[in-house]
Amino acid sequence: MMKKEDALLAYTLRLGDNALIIAQRLIELVTHGPELEEEMANANFALDYLGQARMFYSYAGELEGEGRKEDEFAFMRAEQEFRNFLLLEQPNGHFGDTIARSVMFEVFYLMQLEALVDCADERLAEIAARAAKEIRYHLRHDSQWLIRLGDGTEESHEKIQSSVAELWRFTGELFAGDEIDEIMRAEFSGPDLESIQAAWRESIAAILAEATLQMPDDQWMDKGGRTGRHSEHFGPLIAEMQYMQRSYPGLDW
Amino acid sequence: MYTQGLDQKSSQSAEIKVESAEDNARFQAHVDAEEKIEPKDWMPEAYRRTLVRQISQHAHSEIIGMQPEGNWLTRAPSLRRKSILLAKIQDEAGHGLYLYSAAETLGISREQMGDQLLAGTAKYSSIFNYPTLTWADIGAVGWLVDGAAIMNQIPLCRCSYGPYSRAMIRICKEESFHQRQGYEIMVELCRGSKEQKEMAQDALNRWWWPSLMMFGPSDKDSQHSAQSMAWKIKRFSNDELRQKFVDVTVPQAEFIGLKMPDDDLVYDEESGHYRYGEINWQEFTDVLAGNGQCNRERMRTRREAHQNGAWVREAAQAHAAKKVARAAA
Repeated sequence: MMKKEDALLAYTLRLGDNALIIAQRLIELVTHGPELEEEMANANFALDYLGQARMFYSYAGELEGEGRKEDEFAFMRAEQEFRNFLLLEQPNGHFGDTIARSVMFEVFYLMQLEALVDCADERLAEIAARAAKEIRYHLRHDSQWLIRLGDGTEESHEKIQSSVAELWRFTGELFAGDEIDEIMRAEFSGPDLESIQAAWRESIAAILAEATLQMPDDQWMDKGGRTGRHSEHFGPLIAEMQYMQRSYPGLDW
Repeated sequence: MYTQGLDQKSSQSAEIKVESAEDNARFQAHVDAEEKIEPKDWMPEAYRRTLVRQISQHAHSEIIGMQPEGNWLTRAPSLRRKSILLAKIQDEAGHGLYLYSAAETLGISREQMGDQLLAGTAKYSSIFNYPTLTWADIGAVGWLVDGAAIMNQIPLCRCSYGPYSRAMIRICKEESFHQRQGYEIMVELCRGSKEQKEMAQDALNRWWWPSLMMFGPSDKDSQHSAQSMAWKIKRFSNDELRQKFVDVTVPQAEFIGLKMPDDDLVYDEESGHYRYGEINWQEFTDVLAGNGQCNRERMRTRREAHQNGAWVREAAQAHAAKKVARAAA
């Protein structure tokens, strides 16, 4: 059985990895937004996620106690050491794909953060409280877009329906708990994934209904992010993100 | 960011209404008394057109200027630098928004301005047609390009047109922050390894002369200056601002051990100014004419973003219309 301190560290790193990888994907979209207001919102959300990643990594460094700093977690780990969800590393695709990815994740993430606000680890609870405020706003914005696209034109309806269908297979992983999640729940009063899954389905169903979209049928679910087995899209993302630190190791910037 | 648009010709067609000498005299007296002109005030058509051209070029520059910096966002060397750069680019989008709004008070829509940019009839600052090749370029752009922009923009805070002057006050606060962040990148590089220092010097070598060109043509060749000065849109000549920029920037380079790429640069004790070498105006004209390294890419990126977003904007409109219809039913 894993020690509870190790589980807390691993859990905190996972939170950091999720935030960093979605931030990196959103950053790729800068200057490509459909309108100026969206350009601002996207940059703002990416900044929020980056800020969250930095808080989680800094705390992970303290928990680990080996002097690793935020940048070492972000830039000096190999692909298979990252533990983000596969959903978050999926390419941006078109605007609808990005929105669908964000909504699916944010409904889950907000519930996860809200549960963590009451967890037994004070620091994690503090970070979660700050992050939850930001994600509540993201989710409102992104779910509004999902509704606009679903209930917009025929073209937008078809596009966003297929985005939801394409990404659906990555949503199972959000709830596929492991030993780390169990320890977090048992020892730190962390999130209960089973009840989150039910609430997530309900919440997503309501958004899809308002968007006049079909909820995809139950299907085979992909997974691997939690064990460091990523998709082919992940390598290039990491290579680009880590380029400077890998090319010029050990320097300050 | 900034445009050298003060001195560029517009391809908009001129349609001059008959303006009475009394109206013009009253307007000029108003300006001379340092009172702000507001959107509802009478103004000469040429004043309005000059401002539309200048403000929209400035707005377009903010938007296009996001691209060379965006080139390093995914590869920024630390999470802190990534966040700072992202916040800076977001500020630029915000500046674009305030400036488009300021221009809209003069009777042009954001959509029209956007169309002019995409059609190539409106300009943006040529500085953004240079590529950002290394991380040090992000430092150099902040230090030099934003530094030059501030020189140009601080006097614009006192511009006679109220909405523009108020937008500039907000923008200047953020620009000076950006300039310091850029210089800080250079300081860090110059404190670092041999290769970091070389990177910094190489970036300075490539960005120095284009930064000087940002102030526009030399006074003797500047077409719009006299009228803009009389209207108090412009307060200092191109050469005066350029000199000010050189005087402030040369010591900053020396302080961190970088050498300006100008063998003719000397300090003139008598005048208290640095004398600099001849600017390559042919390069300026070439880049302005579309023949810079990145002119085509910048416009292509902008055009693609606009085209790829068309279905999204249409969906938002269709949804809004459906909501209105449902509320009415």
